[in-house]
Amino acid sequence: MNLVCCITQVPDTAARIKLAADGKAIETSDVNFVLNPYDEFAVEEALRLRDQNPGSTVTIVTVGDESVTSTLRKTLAMGADKAVRVNAAGVGPFDAAQIAAALVAAIGKLGPLDLVLFGKESTAANDGQVGPLVAEGLGLPSASVVVKLTVADGKATVEREIEGGVERVTLPLPAVVTAQKGLNEPRLPSVKGIMMSKSKPVTTEDAAPGEPRIELIRLTRPAAKSGGRKLGSVDELIAALRDEAKVI
Amino acid sequence: MAGVLTFAESRDGQFKKAAFEAVAEGRRLADEMGVPFTALAIGPDTDAASLGAYGADRVLSAGQAELKAYSNESYATAVVAAVEHSGADVVLMGATAMGKDLAPRVAARLGAGLAADCTALRLDGGSLVAVRPVYSGKALAEIGFKTPRKVVTLRPNVFGVKSLRENADATVEPLAVALGSNDLRAVVEAVVAAAGGKLDVSEADIVVSGGRGLKTPENFAMLEELAAVLGGAVGASRAVVDAGWRPHEEQVGQTGKVVSPTIYIACGISGAVQHLAGMTGSKVIIAINKDADAPIFSVADYGLVGDVFEIVPALTAAFKKALNR
Ligand SMILES: Cc1cc2nc3c(=O)[nH]c(=O)nc-3n(C[C@H](O)[C@H](O)[C@H](O)COP(=O)(O)OP(=O)(O)OC[C@H]3O[C@@H](n4cnc5c(N)ncnc54)[C@H](O)[C@@H]3O)c2cc1C
Ligand SMILES: Nc1ncnc2c1ncn2[C@@H]1O[C@H](COP(=O)(O)O)[C@@H](O)[C@H]1O
Repeated sequence: MNLVCCITQVPDTAARIKLAADGKAIETSDVNFVLNPYDEFAVEEALRLRDQNPGSTVTIVTVGDESVTSTLRKTLAMGADKAVRVNAAGVGPFDAAQIAAALVAAIGKLGPLDLVLFGKESTAANDGQVGPLVAEGLGLPSASVVVKLTVADGKATVEREIEGGVERVTLPLPAVVTAQKGLNEPRLPSVKGIMMSKSKPVTTEDAAPGEPRIELIRLTRPAAKSGGRKLGSVDELIAALRDEAKVI
Repeated sequence: MAGVLTFAESRDGQFKKAAFEAVAEGRRLADEMGVPFTALAIGPDTDAASLGAYGADRVLSAGQAELKAYSNESYATAVVAAVEHSGADVVLMGATAMGKDLAPRVAARLGAGLAADCTALRLDGGSLVAVRPVYSGKALAEIGFKTPRKVVTLRPNVFGVKSLRENADATVEPLAVALGSNDLRAVVEAVVAAAGGKLDVSEADIVVSGGRGLKTPENFAMLEELAAVLGGAVGASRAVVDAGWRPHEEQVGQTGKVVSPTIYIACGISGAVQHLAGMTGSKVIIAINKDADAPIFSVADYGLVGDVFEIVPALTAAFKKALNR
């Protein structure tokens, strides 16, 4: 199978986010960037499918600047075969359509596809939009927020999470899926994997992101939720909910 | 032409709460822009006229049988048909499992800019600005659009429905959708409801969440009972999901669900940043923790310092009394 997995890097989940002076970006100097947590599930699933289907390859694709290289190396250390970095110059902040356009162009060069995997969303952009946008761009069927995936007879059968349950969907391959927690338990890179990753190819190409579709006007801080009061009893709480917060 | 179109999501003919919110916000925005507002219902058996109560005067109803089960491609075709038919340039829908799956397809087909999971919409000198949380709620991004058409999904439970119009049935116009050969290639075989048909944390108006302070999975029965009294849902910290005490779909936080209920009750949860990222949008936060210094108290409107095993049963009893249940 020709398996493609799109990944991005994000501030580690414990990072404090400080806004840059121009309000258009975050301060990155103190921030540790890691593989997007949901992309770990996507990479793991691609690796499992490869191992079940001899002769398969897993190609990692990302749109980003040079700083993403160490994150790409991590996916290679997990076991992916090769990686493509699409230079992000010209891609506006949070512009999922531009990222998707750049990915569609790059994935188009990887030959006939079987499955393209994404994370459910990036914990930086919180969009959850790049995967389905790429599906539309490649003209492929898709299922997002997938917690179970089986591939057989040229079809993918997935369970996608919906409110209060799951939807079981069958898609003809090639197809696009986005991975949700629960799909698998991502492996950690082994020492051998890390050694082997050093000789795996990472190629770089320029992006074709097209025109920007959105504009980041500015980033702001959410209104700080100030800690309220500690109450002495359950009855005081009920009274506060009724008379002060007026929610019951 | 200009106008606002809201896709009002339904399953099995029942509109979702997120659909009512998106219709009400669509009406508000259309009025502010001074343009017509149209709602769209997809699938057979919807009571499309009932959207009048939420502000729709006109509803397009794409009721053909092939649209009974959701598929992102067929539904995208229907939404695009409604956009062309109504001349709308702004498309709204709820940022639900369906809306987040569907909106990007619609945006791609319309060549539209897309803002997902927005928590506010406003006009700035006549231009639409969408506000959406990024970095898991640690910052807000104000997004402007560079495209004539715009697609926006709205975070559930944030916009609310401020008032209902009485005796306000909308005019319903059938919309025939010409489906393409690809539209039904993804086939929904079944919708499997979670055990007990329980309410999803992301949809619940009240969420009672438990963490490691509950000590054992069995003790969550206490939270189930409190949630049942309040008509809410049970949520969980990642620690207890990873321990296998609770299912993944209940996890609240940065790598779980983002919830914005009216009341969030955190029981035996310390309040790690990753957990806070999922629940600080709640209107009223109540924390119950035996450690007076637990970080959860820094975001809680009301805190009770003490043992969950004493406080939760007392709280359940007090709510029963206060709510006559
Ligand atoms: C990449 C990443 C992503 C993550 N994503 C998430 C996420 O999405 N959601 C999430 O929740 N976490 C997430 N976490 C984990 C997070 O960092 C915390 O480890 C987790 O939230 C802690 O869960 P907890 O509050 O249940 O447990 P603990 O931190 O162990 O807290 C238990 C609390 O219970 C209190 N307690 C104990 N006994 C009692 C009692 N009898 N009565 C009252 N109180 C009592 C204690 O005082 C303590 O405050 C993530 C972590 C990482 C690294
Ligand atoms: N810059 C990028 N390069 C490659 N893939 C990306 C990029 N940004 C997002 N993705 C993929 O799209 C998913 C959803 O991201 P988003 O729509 O930004 O929330 C991520 O989990 C990745 O799989």
